Amino acid sequence: MANIKLQNIRKSFGAVDVIKGVDLEIHKGEFMVFVGPSGCGKSTLLRLISGLEDITSGTMQFDDVVVNNLAPSKRGIAMVFQSYALYPHMKVYENMAFGMQLANATPEDIKDRVHKAADMLQLTPLLDRLPKQLSGGQRQRVAIGRAIVRDPKVFLFDEPLSNLDAALRVATRIEIAKLSRSMVGTTIIYVTHDQVEAMTLADRICVLDHGKVEQVGTPMELYDRPGNVFVAGFIGSPKMNFLNGAIAEKHKCHTYGIRPEHLTLAKSKGALKGIVDYSEILGSDSFLYVETEYGLLTVRQIGKSTIKNGETVYLTPEPENIHRFDKDGKRID
Amino acid sequence: MLWTYTKTALFYALVCFIVFVSVFPFYYAILSSIETGTALFEVNYLPQGLDFTNYKAALAGSFPRNLLNSVFVATCVVALSLLLGVTAAFALSRFKFRGRGLLLMTILGVSMFPQIAVLAGLFELVRFTGLHNTLWALIFSYMIFTLPFTVWILTTFMRELPVEIEEAAIVDGATPWIIIRRVFLPLMWPALVTTGLLAFIAAWNEFLFALTFTSSNAQRTVPVAIGLLSGSSQYEVPWGPIMAASVVVTLPLIVLVLIFQRKIISGLTAGGVKG
Repeated sequence: MANIKLQNIRKSFGAVDVIKGVDLEIHKGEFMVFVGPSGCGKSTLLRLISGLEDITSGTMQFDDVVVNNLAPSKRGIAMVFQSYALYPHMKVYENMAFGMQLANATPEDIKDRVHKAADMLQLTPLLDRLPKQLSGGQRQRVAIGRAIVRDPKVFLFDEPLSNLDAALRVATRIEIAKLSRSMVGTTIIYVTHDQVEAMTLADRICVLDHGKVEQVGTPMELYDRPGNVFVAGFIGSPKMNFLNGAIAEKHKCHTYGIRPEHLTLAKSKGALKGIVDYSEILGSDSFLYVETEYGLLTVRQIGKSTIKNGETVYLTPEPENIHRFDKDGKRID
Repeated sequence: MLWTYTKTALFYALVCFIVFVSVFPFYYAILSSIETGTALFEVNYLPQGLDFTNYKAALAGSFPRNLLNSVFVATCVVALSLLLGVTAAFALSRFKFRGRGLLLMTILGVSMFPQIAVLAGLFELVRFTGLHNTLWALIFSYMIFTLPFTVWILTTFMRELPVEIEEAAIVDGATPWIIIRRVFLPLMWPALVTTGLLAFIAAWNEFLFALTFTSSNAQRTVPVAIGLLSGSSQYEVPWGPIMAASVVVTLPLIVLVLIFQRKIISGLTAGGVKG
């Protein structure tokens, strides 16, 4: 239940600037996802908010209180790490109780809270086990449980699903989504490089690149109206097609963008002529890679495509779904 | 098939040889310790009888006191080395500061000087601090050789512990001391047992410093006490009591090693491979 405000936050490791002036406000009870390519500084930004790293310059406020020099344990945060970071020598119960013990809570209080969190995450039968006797998914649930027990104002997740296999990742993702709905009022900050996690979990997404905020908005805002070429290319899978040259000039822009799902494919006529170079058929939909005068374009078709490689096709962009960007990559409306 | 059998046979022959070489001297010491008079000088490989006169002779006088001194010195050395070693290792493995590499190298450098080279200077220091002829002089000087390897082994081991566990503890509100005591120490048992045992053995066996820094029988440790055992005349070396005393001082080490052997084995391999 905290409002987090970052003002001109910078972080340098020696001569390397990792975070280059971030201004961001995270509202009370919001699920905020930091997303970006590896090395963009999203994990560092999370660690600055947690207090595990010191800010080089700028101000950070939790509910209008400056927390720049406050120890992590005093900020009312709880963190879930990518590698679970459970205490290997403590049983699940002890792992979850450790933080409260250090805070000098009464034994009844601790027991009550641990059992409540364990119930929530179906961990009750595992309370007497050691971390090494658990599977990866169970371990991550214990890590989440340990965070819940602390009853934090701000929940921090650092790529919590990266160490899990694909099936477990989807299951745990749904669990986190349910959990966030049941913890009304708790602010959640979640770091990931997986845009599916970002799109499905977030109230708002913050796209980072090279230590700067590229755009902040709801998932659909980022999808419908990406603010620049980087965000347009990063959000959406497969990637948006970018075209330069004559077609861009015709639309009075430097870069012309169209998503694969907004290109209509026809066999006889259309705006762009091309040859199918390669196709990926997934069953529910198919992706065709079409070689045109503007380079290789990706087209999404619903269902199983019957078009063969080497066939000539015509592509027509849906006019209401085109994106235009200027020379600096900024969006033109 | 024949080759497999030969290989197995050769392997066990080698094992037997190594066991024989390492155990036989101790066996012969036990054998000699239960013989007296001229029987000592007859070559035999099986006990001829059981005679505890040597043990009575060895354990008379100040020897029990010397044994207690040794236990006290070795225990204090282990406790202090581990305390200083763990806290130093925490700083050296977890914090980046200027001169860390130099400091580690200096600590290692300390262990390169032979004991005899520092003996004279150390003697002056011990006299100056008024520790001469006390057990504290030994405890202080033994740390010169136990601390370097304690710090190094524990630093290497602590580096291998995942940083995230420490960070999770920080978020949970743990102070550095709580992190060391409640999170790191339980994970470091193998390393602590290994280094502690090595330090104990080194302190238990040390002779030169013990001989130099103590002057009265009541302050001596067992290696010196055994070395200074004398017979009824200056021409007689009291082999029987010496052997009996040697057996007595070896037993605590054997017991310690047997108790902790499983931990030592995992301690020696832990840190080498991530597991």
